[in-house]
Amino acid sequence: MASGVKPRVKVPKKASAGETITIKTLISHKMESGQRKDDDGNVIPRSIINRFTADFNGQNVIDVTLEPAISTNPYFQFEAVVPESGEFKFTWYDDDGSTYEEVKKIAVS
Amino acid sequence: MELTRRKILAIGTGTFAFAGVMGLPAFASLTDDAIAEMTGGAEMGEGAITLTAPEIAENGNTVPISVDAPGAVAITLFADGNPVPAVATFKFGPLSASRSASTRIRLAKTQNVVAVAQMEDGSFQHASANVKVTIGGCGG
Amino acid sequence: MNLKPWIAIAAISLSGAAFAQDSSSLSVEGEALLTETAAPEHMENVDTIYSGWRFRSGETQALQTDDFDNPAMIFVDKGIDLWAKVDGTEGKSCSSCHEDVADFAGLRTTLPRVEDAGLVTMENLVNECRTERMGAEAWKYSKGNMTAMTALIGLQSRGMAMNVAIDGDAAPFWEKGKELYYTRVGQLDMSCSNCHEDNYGTMIRADHLSQGQINGFPTYRLKNAKLNSIHGRFKGCMKNIRATPFAEGGEEFKALELYLASRGEGLVVETPSVRN
Repeated sequence: MASGVKPRVKVPKKASAGETITIKTLISHKMESGQRKDDDGNVIPRSIINRFTADFNGQNVIDVTLEPAISTNPYFQFEAVVPESGEFKFTWYDDDGSTYEEVKKIAVS
Repeated sequence: MELTRRKILAIGTGTFAFAGVMGLPAFASLTDDAIAEMTGGAEMGEGAITLTAPEIAENGNTVPISVDAPGAVAITLFADGNPVPAVATFKFGPLSASRSASTRIRLAKTQNVVAVAQMEDGSFQHASANVKVTIGGCGG
Repeated sequence: MNLKPWIAIAAISLSGAAFAQDSSSLSVEGEALLTETAAPEHMENVDTIYSGWRFRSGETQALQTDDFDNPAMIFVDKGIDLWAKVDGTEGKSCSSCHEDVADFAGLRTTLPRVEDAGLVTMENLVNECRTERMGAEAWKYSKGNMTAMTALIGLQSRGMAMNVAIDGDAAPFWEKGKELYYTRVGQLDMSCSNCHEDNYGTMIRADHLSQGQINGFPTYRLKNAKLNSIHGRFKGCMKNIRATPFAEGGEEFKALELYLASRGEGLVVETPSVRN
């Protein structure tokens, strides 16, 4: 697991059924592109987050494939509809096989 | 031929210009190839997808990009001047509201950002934006 | 004062843009922050002081207006974790002694300050706590743990005006800092003032020179996508003019930090800011 990886997610605490809500996510990750060289001229191996998913009560909202052109500390903003109260689950997949998860509850009236 | 400093400069410039001409189509085709692979060579429409990017990026390291294509099932972003043109693909699930997303991307130099959307009916839409990447002073 | 070209340019580039922001008024999470004020009396050559935020493009400016969009905040979160983390032989965390980090509201505005006849920075205070009271190892001056902590502590003073003491015990340090500010160094033979006093607002290649204000530090730079300390930035400046940088945490940079803090008197703390 890459060191010091920390996710951050912004989801409204409540919404009305069927309402469109805006979600923002950020995760601290260096997103080493595989294009850079170290001081000795050796290529620094690629090490990025290659996939990000957002699901709500088991149903998918967005599934993103990331390439090295995504900036350090990847940021996403997107919109979801919430039919009922429940839980958002956000998952980031690292090149090294580790995953990072964050869960946010939302109350729907 | 006597090689003066000026002549050497002229030769050098000519070589660079030649490399530039040769280089550009090669880069462009990488993106074109990737798009062709995605669309299967199908015609792409315009107008149903909006790509928002700054005209001038203060720093190529972090360029804010937004895409919006109502009715899209997936949107892929390309940067035609990067060493690897693919940037990201957004697949929209059943609980996605608007088919829009924003992110921050890396651009190696001034180039075109291209967004290609696959629509629900299987057709494709595209939009592109030229982003000038400035070389900073002390900030860059 | 004649309108500097960059103000006009920034205004044009933002008109019609989707930001609720305009180029001259910074509002973070709905709170208005002052980005321009009359220069303090001790500044002889400048009438108005401006936050570095004013010299940035609309897209970069926008990043600082929302605490989620501001990528520095993820490091503030890291600072919150570190605040509660027990470290060292005494089995203590920051929170063992300091109940609430919010109690440090106002601290950023008064640093660096004189203690026991020496000048101390926030980094010095943090490390003093770690080595003297926690029995923990000192953090490196500009590394991630330290900048996360100084960002968290500095954030508590956001919106409060910079107000360092420059008289009494502080006077000799301030004089030394001022001398450094105006002394030409390096192969390019330049002083701080050549760029940040004589030429702010003009372009250096494709970038606008700022006044070199430090009220937003540590700052998240797009260039390296991390928090940068005040002394780390000084070091970068000195390298750019081909000078041998002074040591981070050393007497020269501490004196310079005091002098620069005093040149920002009246500007408000923006920590953690976003810059190019």
